Amino acid sequence: MTGATRLVLAHFWVAVAAFAVASLLGVMQAIARTGIALPFGSAGMYYLSVTAHGVLMALVFTTFFIMALGYMVMDSALGRIAAPRWAWAAFWCAVVGTVITTVAILSGSSTVLYTFYPPLKAHPAFYVGATLLVAGSWIWSGVMIGSYRVWRRANPLARVPLAAHGMMAAVLVWILATIGLGIEVVVLILPWSFGLVERIDPIAARTYFWWFGHPLTYFWLLPAYVLWYTLIPRVAGGKLFSDAVTRVVFVQFILFSTPVGLHHQFTDPGIANGWKLVHTFTTYAIMFPSLVTAFTVTASLELAGRARGGQGMFGWIGALPWRDPFFAGVALSMITFTMGGFGGAINAAYSMNAMIHNTAWVQGHFHLTVGTAVALSFMGVSYWMLPRLTGRALILPRLATLQPYLWFAGMMCFSIPNHIVGLLGMPRRVFTAGYAGSPVAAAWVPYVNLSAIGGVVLMLSSACYLAVIVGSMLVSPKGAPGVIEYAEPVVAATPGPSVWDRFGVWTLVAAALILLAYAQPLYHLHTMPGFPSRGFSPF
Amino acid sequence: MHVDRYERYWMWVATGMLLLFTGAVSFTALAGAAHPPSHTEMIDPETLSVSGEFVNPGVVTHDDGRVTVVMRAEMYVFRPMRVHVPAGVPVTFRVTSADVLHGFQIARTNVNVTVAPGYVSEATTTFATPGEYLVVCNEYCGLAHHLMQAAVVVDPPAAAGAGR
Repeated sequence: MTGATRLVLAHFWVAVAAFAVASLLGVMQAIARTGIALPFGSAGMYYLSVTAHGVLMALVFTTFFIMALGYMVMDSALGRIAAPRWAWAAFWCAVVGTVITTVAILSGSSTVLYTFYPPLKAHPAFYVGATLLVAGSWIWSGVMIGSYRVWRRANPLARVPLAAHGMMAAVLVWILATIGLGIEVVVLILPWSFGLVERIDPIAARTYFWWFGHPLTYFWLLPAYVLWYTLIPRVAGGKLFSDAVTRVVFVQFILFSTPVGLHHQFTDPGIANGWKLVHTFTTYAIMFPSLVTAFTVTASLELAGRARGGQGMFGWIGALPWRDPFFAGVALSMITFTMGGFGGAINAAYSMNAMIHNTAWVQGHFHLTVGTAVALSFMGVSYWMLPRLTGRALILPRLATLQPYLWFAGMMCFSIPNHIVGLLGMPRRVFTAGYAGSPVAAAWVPYVNLSAIGGVVLMLSSACYLAVIVGSMLVSPKGAPGVIEYAEPVVAATPGPSVWDRFGVWTLVAAALILLAYAQPLYHLHTMPGFPSRGFSPF
Repeated sequence: MHVDRYERYWMWVATGMLLLFTGAVSFTALAGAAHPPSHTEMIDPETLSVSGEFVNPGVVTHDDGRVTVVMRAEMYVFRPMRVHVPAGVPVTFRVTSADVLHGFQIARTNVNVTVAPGYVSEATTTFATPGEYLVVCNEYCGLAHHLMQAAVVVDPPAAAGAGR
């Protein structure tokens, strides 16, 4: 096993462990509201579980999986990972941070949910651990950029392989995003949680959080897009429809992922409507590259279906390899993401947002996007990646084939009722939803029960995934590792570096856009004479 | 740069779709004055029960028929817990928090606003249909968050001004 493979697998298994724990917590939460008595069922356990599920899924599972994919791409597409010692330092920094935060949550001293909005105040260890996790991811970002630069110096006239181009976009989005989180946690929250500063402004803290919070979703999504563009066409037996346009798409994500965060704060006081409208427009701008992705990846799949003998207007669809769990996972992810994308357009629609803000609609929405488009793509690539890296064949192939369909079915059953019940006024993140017998709340019951069934199906799907992945690792004999190969484009990119390879320039433009979108609202929040809050820990 | 013909068509379709979305948002915002609740007004959360309008929160009916409802949100109640307002006239809710973030959402209406300590939030709506509306806190505020609720009773226009 090469050093790079060891690095990829170490990150992969941390991600899988976090996913396993968080899946169990997730199903408990889905069942809680049905009124079925669960062991340890209490409000304290419920909100602790929501905190742990959010942190372990949204921050730990995703970040470690993306770090693993990043190393896999840099090693296979560019030939080597620069500074592997730093890569291991990043790994241990992130692991130690994850352990500290997880212990802080499980101790019950940090039930602040994964959004940790001040003036809710967790134990300082919660913030310290989260900071170390992010610090580890920054070292990872440095290793990724270093690997790219080493390759670029050795190949000054070549076009960077598309998979590495996409991963670089993810790295740069992450750096731009976590600047906001860094300011929130290091400058505002840490001194306050250690008692060095007495007060904090909750709206300013939220604004920095959402500077981070929305591009975070693109940090999850871009590595999934890398799989969709650069692996899936080959897995399906075809070619990538368009190399040139794909490179532009990734650059657009660097530019527009971040200056959009106020669309999470439409209902906040203290932020002027004009700025909320500006962020509405930038949010719609960031939908453009996703719409192009929908076309390009579907066109690639059509090429594959026709190459496999599919005929007629829709015959190519049936010709695709629907029994391959990687292909099926990604294809179902794309269908789900189409639904999630249009839901997102509603969330971002300025005044219409009041109909859905903080309702169950929102948990329905992001379980379609991060909870399926990203998570199911990652589960799918596990089936593809693990045999190639370790040489171990997958056991229980039928279970692997079933798993993405089970996830899709469970998610439809979970997510659609949550969208509907959100429109009927049910808030998200509530332990019970009876509201003292209110007739308005009584109408929510069938949807809550349906979504609980969806949660159980999702947990069964997680169990299938874990059985195949962990079982293969334990039972299958080691063989010769396979080759990691990427899809060929129909028309090769023009040779030689182009303007779309100028990551430094695009990052500077993106930073300027962030400044334009955030400087004035933040200046206003920091200079307005106000009444910042002391901390509260009501848990 | 090579761009396929159909890819180019699709980019125009995507651009058209996004222009339609932004156009609809801009039109309703500028022509219909449909904005999110974005009031900016600061208040000391630690003196709410000592001085000012939040000491005795409740319903205020103005001379021109408009109604203001003043509400204080705190773990884990809204004060007052039950208010009467008339149907068919604009009702402005003024809400602030004495402690952590809360949400003020009147289920099945377009009133949905973040309530933060230090800030007064405002949201205005006109209730067309009389009846009892459920108010929920939709921002996690601690272990009894799911029990935080209130009621807005919308009276038929004839009974307007019936008080608290």
